[in-house]
Amino acid sequence: MKETKNVLLVGVGGQGIILTSKIISTALLNAGYDVKMSEVHGMAQRGGSVTTQIRYGEQVYSPIIGKGQADVLISFEKMEAMRWIEYLKPDGLLVINDHEIQSAPILSGKAEYPEGIIEELKTKVKTLIIPATKIAIELGNIKTQNIVLLAPLTKALGLENIDWEESIKNNVKEKFIDMNLKAYKKGLEIS
Amino acid sequence: MKVLMTGNEATARGAYEAGVTFASAYPGTPSTEILENLANYKEVYSEWTPNEKVAIEVGVGASIAGARSLSAMKHVGLNVAADPMFTYAYLGVNGGYVIVTADDPGLHSSQNEQDNRYYARHAKMPLIEPSNSQEAKDFLKEAYKISERFDVPVLFRLTTRICHSKSVVELEERKEVEKKPYKRNISKFVATPAACRKHHVELEEKLKKLEDFSSNDTWLNREEINNSEIGIITSGISYEYAKEIFGNEASYLKLGMSFPIPKEKIKNFSSKVKKLYVIEENEPFLETEIKAMGINVIGKEKIPLTGELNPDIIAEKLLGKENKKISVNPEMIVPRPPTLCSGCPHRGLFFELSKRKNAVITGDIGCYTLGSADPLNAMDTVICMGAGISAAHGFSKVFEKSGEEKEIFGIVGDSTFFHSGITSLIDIVYNKSKVISIILDNRVTGMTGHQENPGTGYTLMGEKTEEIDIEAIVKAVGIKHVKTVDPNKLDEVRSAINEFTVLEEPSVIITKWPCALKKLREEEKQKYKIKTVRYQVNHEKCKKCKMCLKVGCPSISFDKNVGSIIDINTCVGCSVCAQVCPFDAIEKAGV
Repeated sequence: MKETKNVLLVGVGGQGIILTSKIISTALLNAGYDVKMSEVHGMAQRGGSVTTQIRYGEQVYSPIIGKGQADVLISFEKMEAMRWIEYLKPDGLLVINDHEIQSAPILSGKAEYPEGIIEELKTKVKTLIIPATKIAIELGNIKTQNIVLLAPLTKALGLENIDWEESIKNNVKEKFIDMNLKAYKKGLEIS
Repeated sequence: MKVLMTGNEATARGAYEAGVTFASAYPGTPSTEILENLANYKEVYSEWTPNEKVAIEVGVGASIAGARSLSAMKHVGLNVAADPMFTYAYLGVNGGYVIVTADDPGLHSSQNEQDNRYYARHAKMPLIEPSNSQEAKDFLKEAYKISERFDVPVLFRLTTRICHSKSVVELEERKEVEKKPYKRNISKFVATPAACRKHHVELEEKLKKLEDFSSNDTWLNREEINNSEIGIITSGISYEYAKEIFGNEASYLKLGMSFPIPKEKIKNFSSKVKKLYVIEENEPFLETEIKAMGINVIGKEKIPLTGELNPDIIAEKLLGKENKKISVNPEMIVPRPPTLCSGCPHRGLFFELSKRKNAVITGDIGCYTLGSADPLNAMDTVICMGAGISAAHGFSKVFEKSGEEKEIFGIVGDSTFFHSGITSLIDIVYNKSKVISIILDNRVTGMTGHQENPGTGYTLMGEKTEEIDIEAIVKAVGIKHVKTVDPNKLDEVRSAINEFTVLEEPSVIITKWPCALKKLREEEKQKYKIKTVRYQVNHEKCKKCKMCLKVGCPSISFDKNVGSIIDINTCVGCSVCAQVCPFDAIEKAGV
């Protein structure tokens, strides 16, 4: 693979974005790719917008990507997809978790959560909608929403040959392994 | 073995492999994780110091004692520490000594975006700039060799994108370095004017040798000759960005050791290419020096001086290329600003302060800076660590003279109080202003991710230690009116404020309650009983007055039809909203 692939993960602090990036990056490294991963730290991130970027290929230079460069944008929250859509290639793939998390101006009644996000995005770019949070709650733990999203993402990137279950096992605490593997399998089924 | 590491993890690994045995730091983004990772290697004694100046002073002591030592801090921290750094460059080292500065181009979480490469030139220290995690590790090991060979401390400069991005690192074994023997050497290590007049001359000699080394001897500076059309001189993360855009279509002079600037090497490189670019983030540090050599380069007239650099900017400014983008209706994007967490113990205090119409509130650096944000808006200034108290003193003196009657509050956190709030408080007592200083003691250094500090009772390496008593210090510096309150109890906060605003002398309120995200120790669980209750809105009583929204809690939302709603999953039961509700509509859940 000559070309470097770019993946952008976006969402809200606390949704498991950093852990997901870790699972993906270590698996890519073990599969023999050069990998760079960049995460945005900031002030009191809980509840704030969070992003990570993963770049992999034969040799990767910059740890960050620019606008219009992500092959896949995976959004853990609906409105965050809008915020970061500029970073997606016009012919790239958007994977979106159909879930709303209100931000401070919405909570305080100063703004309203925008309607018609998915409809708007669908007209612009190839979009895959996954109700990951809903599925995770049905599975018994909202925290596995990130893992539900993993399978559709890896499929979109053509990385099915990597042992993702192994990478999940290596990156989550032992008592959470079963729960996360269940979420991964559910994600596989629906993708 | 190959692993993925952030630049911070790799820097810590580099120190470990280099045989470092002493490390010190004050936490600050993006540098914090260097010491957090070093503390995992039991061979390296690691400590948090109250501030960056102390970090360098203890590091210097360890270095003179003969150990390879390291001190780390964020860019603004080096301002605090500049005093000992400049003089130690004069004296020279015993055990190798490296100061890591983690700069923050783009101000991801800082109050300015100063370029600390200038500190190397100003303090006359060699400057080393890695471009990725592998180099962070390898270059740090080399930095110790340079420090010991040239008898000078080294400035090691990282930036946010190196600190916080992960790339592949090949691990090696630690090589123990025997501690150098210590022998008293007054003419070297006692910085008297007579000694330092000589040291200055010696340092200039060292710099000449270092320049020769940086031009001719070191592998840290390397040429990559690909073609003769375009040559790029660059360092740090800018190298990776340049490489991303130009690939093998240009030749590179990559400077891993960028001060003293390798003049010979630059001359030689510039003669091999037709067009020469200097690609660097923020200041024209290399460009100015290269232009002073009479070499024609293109730099800051194309590459912006402000903000973080990225490959896109290079492609656009130097090649006129722009990527195709998807655009959407911008009105469909509502901002998602950071807020004080659910149950944050600072909320109660700021809510009470926000109601005071005649107040000036000078804030400081920490999570509580968010007290300035909507809906609390309870802050007038934020400058630097410690200034929360000192700026209040300045306000007080000026208003006193102009006859303006204002209530003046100076805010600091617990860690900030130990950092440099103590000296500010001493100034208030000594120079007699009637400022009400408020120390927000949330039992941990919150903002940077929960580091221990002198008030928590534990060290960085997890050892139990003496817990420094803030109230006793406050009294010891001469404050007569001190009150420690529970910030979740609004009436307690209010009555302390009311009591102190009428005083004609300085006073201190300590708000003491652990950070809502803090993992409590057993003894703390006993002491701070919280999280056992949740609150909910009784919609028969709710009059939709939106008063509860004014506390800015992320667990409370508003629905036009039913009124306020509390998310029971994120509520931690601090009860501040319930105290604020004028209709008693907020009740304990499940009662």
